Amino acid sequence: MVLKANKPKRRSAQDRLSDAATSLCSAALAMNLLMVIALLAVLGYNGLSYFWQRPLVEMHLAGSEVVLGEIHERKPTVDAEAHRVRIKTGNRDVTGSDFRWIDERDIESKSRPESAMVFERMEYGNFYGTIDSLHREDETLVHGDQAWPALQRMLKQKRGEKKSIHRLEKREMGKLNHRIERLRIGILRSDDPGLREQKRVLEAEFEELSQQLFSLRDTYAAEYLVMKTGDGIDHRVPVGDIVRAIPANRQSVLDKAGLYVSRVVEFVVDDPRESNTEGGIFPALFGTVMMVFIMSFAVAPLGVLAALYLREYAKQGLLVRIVRVAVNNLAGVPSIVYGVFGLGFFVYFIGDGIDRMFFSEVLPTPTWGTGGILWGSLTLALLTVPVVIVATEEGLAAVPRIVREGSLALGATKFETTWRVVLPASAPGILTGMILAMSRAAGEVAPLMIVGMVKLAPSLPIDGNYPFVHLERKFMHLGFHIYDVGFQSPNVEAAKPLVFATALLLIVVVTFMNLGAIAVRNRLRRKYATSAV
Amino acid sequence: MSEAVQMIRESSPIRPEIENPLIEVSDLSLWYGDNQALFDVSIEIPENQITAFIGPSGCGKSTLLRCFNRLNDLVDSVRVDGDIRFEKESIFDANQDVNALRKRVGMVFQKSNPFPKTIYENVAYGARIHGVRDRSRLDEIVENSLVGAALWDEVKDRLNDSALGLSGGQQQRLCIARTIAIEPDVVLLDEPCSALDPIATAKIEQLMVELKERYTLVIVTHNMQQASRISDLTAFMYMGKLIEYQSTDKLFIDPLEKQTEDYITGRFG
Repeated sequence: MVLKANKPKRRSAQDRLSDAATSLCSAALAMNLLMVIALLAVLGYNGLSYFWQRPLVEMHLAGSEVVLGEIHERKPTVDAEAHRVRIKTGNRDVTGSDFRWIDERDIESKSRPESAMVFERMEYGNFYGTIDSLHREDETLVHGDQAWPALQRMLKQKRGEKKSIHRLEKREMGKLNHRIERLRIGILRSDDPGLREQKRVLEAEFEELSQQLFSLRDTYAAEYLVMKTGDGIDHRVPVGDIVRAIPANRQSVLDKAGLYVSRVVEFVVDDPRESNTEGGIFPALFGTVMMVFIMSFAVAPLGVLAALYLREYAKQGLLVRIVRVAVNNLAGVPSIVYGVFGLGFFVYFIGDGIDRMFFSEVLPTPTWGTGGILWGSLTLALLTVPVVIVATEEGLAAVPRIVREGSLALGATKFETTWRVVLPASAPGILTGMILAMSRAAGEVAPLMIVGMVKLAPSLPIDGNYPFVHLERKFMHLGFHIYDVGFQSPNVEAAKPLVFATALLLIVVVTFMNLGAIAVRNRLRRKYATSAV
Repeated sequence: MSEAVQMIRESSPIRPEIENPLIEVSDLSLWYGDNQALFDVSIEIPENQITAFIGPSGCGKSTLLRCFNRLNDLVDSVRVDGDIRFEKESIFDANQDVNALRKRVGMVFQKSNPFPKTIYENVAYGARIHGVRDRSRLDEIVENSLVGAALWDEVKDRLNDSALGLSGGQQQRLCIARTIAIEPDVVLLDEPCSALDPIATAKIEQLMVELKERYTLVIVTHNMQQASRISDLTAFMYMGKLIEYQSTDKLFIDPLEKQTEDYITGRFG
């Protein structure tokens, strides 16, 4: 072979075209990666910065107005000559809004007063101000500098009281209420005086607990703070209403980090407050995960068995080909259509049927004949079943014929061969399908809106009341929560950061569920299909 | 074509005298759809001997072998005429339980096909299928079978590893172990060494000679040296017909048919 190295090779038009195509492809890939990174960055930055406490700024404006709050953003003014800042002033019960734009030209002086406090409250959002005095009913407990340590002690005590109120309300009275309700239905079924008597006893018990609750609540609400807003107006804040009292400008970085962690934990494990715009998102997280699990348990056998029949048992012909195409196309049906089907079939037909057969005494109040987590999960199972069927079929097709013959040649029946050899061998493929199905289900919102997903569910689908798992209950969902908080809440501006934080959490949840499934799949792969020959 | 068929039919294959054959094939013809793969094959397989089928690719030797355990049933378009008797009973009989037949007529394939399971589970598979539940009994079966397939020493410390991690030769011996674990009467081997290197091949050949003490072996092979080394009887097939069936010594040294001679001397195939 002779090469003329000194003569540069002329590049043909085809070479250049192929180079252009290559760079086009790589550019497209780079774009995709960039978009994914940008998505995570936007969600991460906006979602995670929500939990960080900003300093409290006091601004003296022209006209002797004083504003206290956290600066959230800074933008050029309309005439582009100066800047304006958006400041969160809180105190919605005083001023009527949480945010306010201020032109920087109006600011005469700015400071970060040590005494400024921010309270996170059960109601009306944050309160910004300084502590004046602490009171119990008509009595003044502490005044001035001593009020803050006294408040801290009192908050600790209030947390204890709140816990006992919660226990009384949710656990004891909840349980009683549940039993009374079951008795009520029992009485509707058969008018037994014994049941009536039981119910009367329980109701008396309930009444007693209610009295207890009222007195606890009175004690709980006895103390209040008198606060001075930035403008110097006195305002009463009940101590029991305060979730956190933060002397933001006196906090060290370590304190702030601790606060950050505590806020993140609250976000994940607590119930929402203030029509979902504050507090945690635990019920939505719980609902999402539970819904995906029920969906998986429904879709796995349904999809795998259908695929088994299609691939292993059905006579491969025109009909099977049509069925296969139809199944693949099902994956492309708009998800809201499945929602409508779920409503018509599961809720109105099956649910209503169950109600008429087993819960006729409480009708017209529906038990199963209304949206619920089971119906939502089954609807999503239908939605994702094509994915599982396709992946399973591919997994089955990948099992070599010779392996099946090996099993049959040992005297195994077709069923034994399928069950003991083919199915385990295609398990990684099946799990791939399950991963796809779970990801899709976790993010699906539209169909769920009409088969049982709600803005605020009074109780979780699993609790301490018999029968512990309540599949007929309505549930909350992270996807819907994002929409609801961001666009349907009365306080959109304040809730915006929550949208990002919730979206970030949704991604984290989906990622973790996927990682779990991938770990299982890889374990199976290692167990079965190591490097052969 | 017609002339050739005529010629072959007139010179009916010469057969050895076999007393008390285990498998008797009489006038077996087989079609895949419209394609006839076997033409009136009649052959008798003796007990505890190694019988080899040789012949060029597509001559029907594997098809014939796969009739013995009715593995051809899996092909949708297959049609059979004639009869095969195993211990005097027709395997095509309506009362014949195919799974019971396959338990007695085991098979080792051309390409090793261990199940994607552990080594232990591969060998125990057949026994489990046929109802052995007792763990110590299974342990015993697994050990005996692996010893019988000359694989025990190599795998005894990693019985719970995936069978797919074994080498090709080990996998093939595992398949033999898996087959003898169900204690068949006959072991069919469909070109068991064609994917193996010479050392692995030698091991399996030696194993086959040992196995014939306990089992009747029928082997399909492309490798004439292999047939001459290990088999007691050899059948030469060509284009779906049995041309000649003789004791191995006679067939390779002094074939009666010209086609056989041409094939074994390498003139075609």
